[in-house]
Amino acid sequence: MGKLKLTNISKKLGVFKLEDISFSLETGDYFVILGKSGSGKSVLLEIISGLITPDKGRVYLNEKDITAKKIQKRNLGLVFQNHSLFPHLSVKSNILYPLRARKKMNADTGKKLETLCRTLGILNLLNLKPGTLSLGESQRVALARTLITSPECILLDEPLSSLDIQTKAEIKTLLRKINKDSDSVKSEPQTVLHVTHDYEEAISLANKIGVIENGSISQIGTPEEVFRHPGTEFVANFAGIKNFFRGKAAETENGISVFTPYMNNIPANISFYISGNYRNEEDGNLIIKGENITIANELYATSARNTFKGKITDIENVKSGIEVTVKTNGLLLSSLITKESLNNLNLSFDKTVYISFKANAAKFIK
Amino acid sequence: MLSRKSSSFELILAVIGGLVLLFILAPLFQMFFSSDFNSLLKTAGSAEVQKSIWMTIWISILGTFLFSFFAIPFSYMLARKDFPLKRLVCGIIDIPVVIPHSAAGIALLGILSEESAFGSFLNKIGISFVDTEAGIMVAMIFVSLPFLINSAKAGFESVPLSLEKTAYTLGASPGKVFFTVSLPIAWRSILSGFVMMWARGLSEFGAVVIIAYHPTVTSVLIYERFTAYGLKYAQPVAVIFIIVCLIVFILFRLLSGKNITAYRGFKN
Repeated sequence: MGKLKLTNISKKLGVFKLEDISFSLETGDYFVILGKSGSGKSVLLEIISGLITPDKGRVYLNEKDITAKKIQKRNLGLVFQNHSLFPHLSVKSNILYPLRARKKMNADTGKKLETLCRTLGILNLLNLKPGTLSLGESQRVALARTLITSPECILLDEPLSSLDIQTKAEIKTLLRKINKDSDSVKSEPQTVLHVTHDYEEAISLANKIGVIENGSISQIGTPEEVFRHPGTEFVANFAGIKNFFRGKAAETENGISVFTPYMNNIPANISFYISGNYRNEEDGNLIIKGENITIANELYATSARNTFKGKITDIENVKSGIEVTVKTNGLLLSSLITKESLNNLNLSFDKTVYISFKANAAKFIK
Repeated sequence: MLSRKSSSFELILAVIGGLVLLFILAPLFQMFFSSDFNSLLKTAGSAEVQKSIWMTIWISILGTFLFSFFAIPFSYMLARKDFPLKRLVCGIIDIPVVIPHSAAGIALLGILSEESAFGSFLNKIGISFVDTEAGIMVAMIFVSLPFLINSAKAGFESVPLSLEKTAYTLGASPGKVFFTVSLPIAWRSILSGFVMMWARGLSEFGAVVIIAYHPTVTSVLIYERFTAYGLKYAQPVAVIFIIVCLIVFILFRLLSGKNITAYRGFKN
């Protein structure tokens, strides 16, 4: 079990307020709350964990109301952005802290500690003090300390924000592993609630995204729904990417790979050239910004590796220009152009056009 | 050009610092080197001096130790909780440092002597503070308590709040958070405050002499010998007392592992 539900949570803290926050997580969900700093993400985590009492609304864990329950009695694990390892305790004592605090040390503790630390790759760090660890190691230790109590849901506050690219990728893989339970961390999928300001993290990890804006949730949905169909202007500006495809990258040659998007969970009848080496077939998401896709009335020689023939299905005025949607091989691609280009090219509904983009204009996110 | 400017500025700073150190050390060196070694030995062997120094040390340490049971939780509260009139409370804590210590002694005598209702009540139940070790301890605690409270408060304030929050979310009760997280992390500041409070109590004269001339603490003994026999007789006691205090002070410093004179958090 690991079902978390919030209904109408509101909290006023000075000039800042959270208003009517409602969402629910099923067991095994990886829910990412995406919002700018100061949007109330961290306060929300502190409300769920019990550090802050909401003015209004309820928090349910496995369908039981825990709003008034003591922090110590909620089986939730909160990992702070700075990892908050106790500097005076060894790594081992840090990890065992919640078991000692809850008086739950028993004969199996040693085995559990070893299994967990092996999975998280920190078995060799147990006797060290936190001050000697790298940021990535600290993050793993903080996760181990939370996971050792087998929490119903783990709450992660910007867990990747201070890490370098390499470590970020490692921790992302670890978080996926923890979520999916692919390696004996827990006997069932781990529900995760992760808050971040980075949309790439959301794309990479979430199966559900909630966008928080000025203290309210403005949109909830799958990554595809949120990025392709931004519910508000804020979402569109913050993370709106119409050209968002789930799919598979494979076949590398000279740093160029081939990406095949999925349509209804089966590979589509179209592929894109993208930058990067993906020798093994890898699932992920591809995003192409609209301004990087050009439209032409005729086929002509270009340095762009991706050129497709299609029909215009939509022309829409947006804040940053005109968004022209073209259907090609059953797939919709949106190009962002200026009003002058629209007039010069004489674009209209159902017109056949050629769209193209460079391999390095497409960003693959694992 | 810039480095020349900065080096001459640094030279000025070094000279000023040297003058301050000279101001502290010159009288002490003068006292040490003008003392006759034989009279130092004779004074060190005197039962009256030994008894006085031993009593001064144990009363000041015991007083600081007993008071720390009140000071440490109180400092934690001041560091972590907001309550009405908190600034006023913090101001009250600093009062003993800013008032003349003889006046502090008079104030204490006023409430603890038999002439007051409280003192008379204490006397009836067999507790007397006038001319007793208990009175000396109270006077020492009174004048030195801000050092421990303010240093411990600064220590608790330096413990990141996120560590305490983390401990709560990991299942620790408020008491457990205090004893397993806040106290161990603030420990160095608390020890530093403990030593400063002890050192201040140990050297107290003004408040102690008013509440208890006898039994004679060392600072009173030095004064007594000076007024009765002159500088020559007072000096050896002062030198021996300073040596003993420095030894204990250095031991504490080694124990705390850092500069215990770095007294943080005191606000006038």
